[in-house]
Amino acid sequence: MKIAACIKRVPTTEAQAKIGSDGKSLDSAGFQYMPSFYDEIAVEEAIKTKEKLGGDVTVLTLGPQDASKELREFIARGADAGAILVDPAWHARDARSTAKALAKKIGALGAELVFLGRVATDRDNAAVGPMLATYLGWACVTEVVSIEITAGKGVAKRETEHGVETVEFALPAVITCNKGLNEPRRPNLKGIMAAKSKPIAEEPAEAVANQTVVEKVELPPARKAGRIVGEGAAAVPALIKALREEAQVL
Amino acid sequence: MATIVVYVEQENGKPIRASLECLGAARAAAGSQGASVVAVVARAGAKDAAAKLGAFGAAKVVCLVGAARPSADATARDVARVVRDQKASAFLAAATATGKDLAPRVAADLDVTLFSDCTGFEAQGGSFRVVRPWLAGKAIATLSTQAPVLCATTRPNAFAIAEVGGTAEILDVAASDDGKAIVTSVAPKPGGKLDVKEAPVVVSGGRGLKAPEHFKLIEDLAAAFGNAATGASRAVVDAGWRPHAEQVGQTGKTVAPQLYIAVGISGAIQHLAGMRTSKVIVAINKDAEAPIFKIADYGIVGDAFEVVPALAKAVQEVKAHK
Repeated sequence: MKIAACIKRVPTTEAQAKIGSDGKSLDSAGFQYMPSFYDEIAVEEAIKTKEKLGGDVTVLTLGPQDASKELREFIARGADAGAILVDPAWHARDARSTAKALAKKIGALGAELVFLGRVATDRDNAAVGPMLATYLGWACVTEVVSIEITAGKGVAKRETEHGVETVEFALPAVITCNKGLNEPRRPNLKGIMAAKSKPIAEEPAEAVANQTVVEKVELPPARKAGRIVGEGAAAVPALIKALREEAQVL
Repeated sequence: MATIVVYVEQENGKPIRASLECLGAARAAAGSQGASVVAVVARAGAKDAAAKLGAFGAAKVVCLVGAARPSADATARDVARVVRDQKASAFLAAATATGKDLAPRVAADLDVTLFSDCTGFEAQGGSFRVVRPWLAGKAIATLSTQAPVLCATTRPNAFAIAEVGGTAEILDVAASDDGKAIVTSVAPKPGGKLDVKEAPVVVSGGRGLKAPEHFKLIEDLAAAFGNAATGASRAVVDAGWRPHAEQVGQTGKTVAPQLYIAVGISGAIQHLAGMRTSKVIVAINKDAEAPIFKIADYGIVGDAFEVVPALAKAVQEVKAHK
């Protein structure tokens, strides 16, 4: 079975936001990057599925040319190939234009099963997975915490605010992965050596105009200065008074 | 006249609070445009929920009835059809697990982009724009779309419910029953615990609690409020002390409750990003220099093991006298 895992390069969680000089973007000068946290879980599930059912895993990203660095890291863990849909303006793509470009490539790869993280921790839209599935006309289960794939179909569980849903679906399918689904493995030395000779294909990402118009980007309003109401359990009455009378939330 | 379509989630015939807030967001923006709000409800209980929505700002309710096999993809196709039929210029759903699952599919069906977890939605001229966090709230973006329909999900607790007290025209439409992925069962959460994203009060614990069994303190304080959910920092979720569903922060959930109480949480930037838009923040920490105090409205410097039980008792007393 052909399996794909999609990853996205995002600023590290320690990154501080600085507004770009146009007031409509983030200044990326100080950013360090990493694959989005949930993508590791997606790639792990793709590799586990291959190990169980056979086939091969392609790790796919829409990003800059040097995203090959992240792809090699995942190939070292057990993926078979990488593919970059190159777009120098990757970080400004909106959910629709990303999903459409990925859908085209997934179709060309002939994949039957695609794993993504439940959300990319930069724009936090959690939209590309289900949009991709819709463009492909495939089944999709989001925020999955457990999954069982057998010949041609699968059963997945997803957590909602009210409980755990069990969802049955037929392949082909798009799955977005939540924490708890698996424990991502680390690459070993053999994998790292082998990854050097594995193919990473590059092609321009399909040009799809963004619909999103960024009107402005700002830092969040500073919270007004708070105060220490006291020390230890003795401060509790002062806190209660403040919550009731000043803040009026109790 | 412009129309805004809102997907309203319901449980046993009762619209959920986050969806009523979403309806409120639509109503507020529609008001300035002379636009009308059309709600869509689906699944068993839809008819009962539909009858309640006129009071919360819906002029019309489309009831998707008759589907035996609940499926997000089938519902999304039906909802997209309603958006087209109504010639709507905006589509909203609440940013719950269900809404976040549904809205991107509706958007893709309409071939338009999606703005998730918005904290603002307003009319501007003849069109709409949204405000939403980037990098889990480290930056705030104001966005509009060139697409004919603006699709967005609204963050729970970020919009006011509109109690307008009207009645809505109700229209039944046959729901599609050809889903590709089918929900075959739902195991309810034990004890009907509130979710950290929806609760008006969140009590979160971090490494300062020293051991997983000490989260009893957090649970007791949450129970004293009665309307509180328990949350956790990334450190304690990674350590396996608490479930991921409770994690607040950039790789967990972004929350905006009326009151957020951080206990034994130092305040790493990725945690602050996930809770800084809370209305009131209280921090309880032994370390007076902890970064959490910089964004807290009220702080107590002290040992959680002394402060939290005393606070739980005091909250209980206040609640008992109400």
